[in-house]
Amino acid sequence: MSLLADLGRAARAYPTLLRVGFAEAVAYRAEMLVWMLTTTMPLVSLALWSAVAETAPVGRFTERGFAAYFLATLLIRQLTGSWLVWELNTEIRSGTLSRRLLRPIHPLITYSAENLAAIPLRFALTLPAAIVWLVVLEPGAFPRAPLDLLAMVLSLIGAWLINFFTMALIGSMAFYLESSTAIFDLWMVAFMVLSGYLVPLDLFPQAIRSVAHALPFRYTIAFPVEIATGLVRGQAMLRGLLIQWTYVLGVGAAAILAFRAGVKRYSAFGG
Amino acid sequence: MLRYLRLLGLGLRISISLGAQYRWNFLVDGLVSILYTILGLIPLYIAFHARPSLHGWTYATALVVVGWFSLLKGILDGAINPSLLSVVDQIRQGTLDFVLLKPADAQFLVSTAKFEPWKVVDGLAAIGIFAWAFHLLGRAPGGLDVLASLGLLGCATLVLYSIWILVVAAAFWVVRLDNLAYLFNSVFDFARWPVSVFRGALRIVFTFVIPIGIMTTYPAEALLGTLTLQTGLLAVAGSFGFVVLSRTVWTRAIGRYTSASS
Repeated sequence: MSLLADLGRAARAYPTLLRVGFAEAVAYRAEMLVWMLTTTMPLVSLALWSAVAETAPVGRFTERGFAAYFLATLLIRQLTGSWLVWELNTEIRSGTLSRRLLRPIHPLITYSAENLAAIPLRFALTLPAAIVWLVVLEPGAFPRAPLDLLAMVLSLIGAWLINFFTMALIGSMAFYLESSTAIFDLWMVAFMVLSGYLVPLDLFPQAIRSVAHALPFRYTIAFPVEIATGLVRGQAMLRGLLIQWTYVLGVGAAAILAFRAGVKRYSAFGG
Repeated sequence: MLRYLRLLGLGLRISISLGAQYRWNFLVDGLVSILYTILGLIPLYIAFHARPSLHGWTYATALVVVGWFSLLKGILDGAINPSLLSVVDQIRQGTLDFVLLKPADAQFLVSTAKFEPWKVVDGLAAIGIFAWAFHLLGRAPGGLDVLASLGLLGCATLVLYSIWILVVAAAFWVVRLDNLAYLFNSVFDFARWPVSVFRGALRIVFTFVIPIGIMTTYPAEALLGTLTLQTGLLAVAGSFGFVVLSRTVWTRAIGRYTSASS
């Protein structure tokens, strides 16, 4: 009963939370733009790969294909990214988490509103890159069929949720450790290799590729990118969606449990 | 001069004893930065697997560029970033007053305020990469080539430092700048490939504005013994140009400092 009441209250408060988050994002727009510009890694990769594909295509990728792939990576990284792990670390250490705990809404819900509210502005700021991407993209590569479009949207939501919940899970370790950002650094190393962020997974040897397809990293970036650039369709796409949403549920449950267990030990330093 | 050397020694000693308090951090940071170095090699490996030769670079020679990148990254993170990040804070809070009151050059004091000695790990990773690259090439670098590349390493450090001073000087005009630091770090990531990989506008930017050629490509070419004397001299001249420019901008900027409380 009380769970339903809690959820109802959260649902009623959510539009307001989103509005507040949006106002905050607009207030710090210049800072956000600079943060977004720090995401240069896909362009660094693009520089290398377009030089490689200059004379002949590599696997399925032409020079144009690489440009489409890495621009999509850049865009989707911006739209599905989160910064929860740093926020949780600071708030747990400084004790400001108490303020959130006093509110009658679960802190993870308020965090999610803040993160989601920044997306429209991020989207507006990435618009120039999105236009270049649409020009570069081979005709017919962008999903046209309703099913493919739906799959793309679902894969984007799934990617956002996996990012958000893993950050919540790793961030919650700060209840036990002094700081969990080092653990997140290790996660990032694995992410860079196995998510298709640095190198499209297609270019890896078969063995590594099947490992990458089974692990969660691909579903945070490469999978939506592959749908958006027409690299994956049909059966493989549906199988990917199934794996992705299994991870969403698993990581989500783990994050909520870890947060609950952590709050029990939490003793607001100087709060 | 001797006084400044003594001050530098003191700064280093303090940083080492501060760093020694956080040994656990050192271990994790060291592990992560070695992993990142290995990570950077993966795209290179796959790319050169597809094309054995790219704009005159092979896997082994491109590895030398990555080695210099790793070494400079260590210098940047260990000796340049920590101090200058704290200046931005001091400008915002107005505590830069205390630095300006001290009887030594302000630029020297802010640049040597803090070191992270543990970033030496990056240097060790670089030496490992050099060793592997020359093992693949099947020869050792020539003695003169090593000397030339070390000289160019000095130039590269000067350029990095000067660009950083320019960024910090901007903080006197626009106060909120700490994320510009991260922006610079991510632009520096482009230096991991030989400069000839870039084309068009990027090539011009990376030759004149953020000269990644001077930073990593030319020292690598020097170590490989393929650098022409002309390019080497131009790199030296270019880096001194950057130093003069940054010093001029710094003295102007410090003249505009009005302290946070006024």
